[in-house]
Amino acid sequence: MAQGAVTSRLVVIGGSAGSLEILLNIISEMSPGTGTAYVVIIHRRNDSDSLLTKLMRTRTTLAVREVEDKEPLMPGTVYIAPPDYHLLLENERAFSLDTSEKVHYSRPSIDVTFESVANVFGPKAIAVLLSGANADGALGMELIKRAGGTTIAQDPSTAEVSFMPQQAINRNAADHVVEGGKIGHAITELLSH
Amino acid sequence: MLNQPAIVRDDDLEILLNELYIRHGYDFSNYAKSSLKRRVNRLMAIDRHPSFAELIYHFRNDDDYFKRVVEGFTVNVTDMFRDPHTFNIIRNDIMPVLATHPVIRIWHAGCATGEEVYTMAILLEEARLLERSLLYATDLNPSAIETVRKGIYPLSQMKQYSENYILAGGRKDFSSYYKAMYGWAKFDDRLKSRMILATHNLVSDRSFNEFQLILCRNVLIYFNKVLQDRVLQLFDDSLEKLGYLVLGSKESIRYSAIATKYKQLNKEKIWRKEQ
Repeated sequence: MAQGAVTSRLVVIGGSAGSLEILLNIISEMSPGTGTAYVVIIHRRNDSDSLLTKLMRTRTTLAVREVEDKEPLMPGTVYIAPPDYHLLLENERAFSLDTSEKVHYSRPSIDVTFESVANVFGPKAIAVLLSGANADGALGMELIKRAGGTTIAQDPSTAEVSFMPQQAINRNAADHVVEGGKIGHAITELLSH
Repeated sequence: MLNQPAIVRDDDLEILLNELYIRHGYDFSNYAKSSLKRRVNRLMAIDRHPSFAELIYHFRNDDDYFKRVVEGFTVNVTDMFRDPHTFNIIRNDIMPVLATHPVIRIWHAGCATGEEVYTMAILLEEARLLERSLLYATDLNPSAIETVRKGIYPLSQMKQYSENYILAGGRKDFSSYYKAMYGWAKFDDRLKSRMILATHNLVSDRSFNEFQLILCRNVLIYFNKVLQDRVLQLFDDSLEKLGYLVLGSKESIRYSAIATKYKQLNKEKIWRKEQ
């Protein structure tokens, strides 16, 4: 993809306990050429460094990158928040990293990235909140929804750990509540409009 | 809590940055804006300012409050033996090279509360080099420097640090380096006996010595490209030939003007000055 290509839509996916398999399925269903960039924030141990990146590469033809300092944002790419950093968007074309205090005992925190996406991409953002045992992400969903973006919570009854998506639903922050297995399809539908 | 929605707008931030520069000489204009906004939001939440107008009012009318703003801008989160693998490399590959110098000079640039300075003091002591080393530790934030001076850190962190220490090749009992008291760990005074602490602003201050090793980890991520280039030039000016530069796990000198003079150690975030 040429340097400076415009990212027309941003899909940002947050997950914690019990979200890995569903996340990999969603990414495997995303097709290239839609002008969309994907950003993934998963709570994980700090030592598993590049494992998630490698795992994801086996499931998609999209480029997969663990974000480095000032990484340019390009469509057709899946960006993974590096362990022990908060992931921010500096603007529509570049990320920035931040090692400040944990939020919800988490770094990366889903709320931190969602808030940044809400500020920068607003109505062009689609946020997805998956399984987890943590309240992280619910506020971020609300901010993205308020900024005109679209939000999808995994149907808690289909989540390995229902707490996290349920928090977003309780906040009235989910535009759509979708069964885990159908989230990929729902995103594709939204992207086709 | 700190989970308030963003309140600071881009133009609010510009106003604050302008006044910090014009009235107090602190130039944050080349800092990454996304992080700065989070810092201002956090400051407003902690100090219970209901709006940006409230914050700027205090900032303009209370001469001491500007110090708090500056301190609030700097991120002071750091660990001992963070990225243990990196410190294992320093222990095994860099210590023997440092040992060939009669006096070892190390600069921790942007050291925050100093956990990595103590980390390095422990490595030097275990290599029997601490006695002839000088550890320069500098930060923009005077209260962070005060924390380094005290050498007292939360006891709750010690389990993690101890694990990191072992992953970094440590063989002793990590708790032998500190005394526990009332929820705090006070590190042994001999570790700080070779530390030289000072405030230093990477944006505006110059090189002040020549070093064999410079560590600046997770500081450049807060700077834009312009400022990164300037700071890397400052490090280049401050590093002896064949000296080492150690950056954070997601940082790089790859796209900077000094890159051609340095050789990276495998895939580590460690570069050696060759010219």
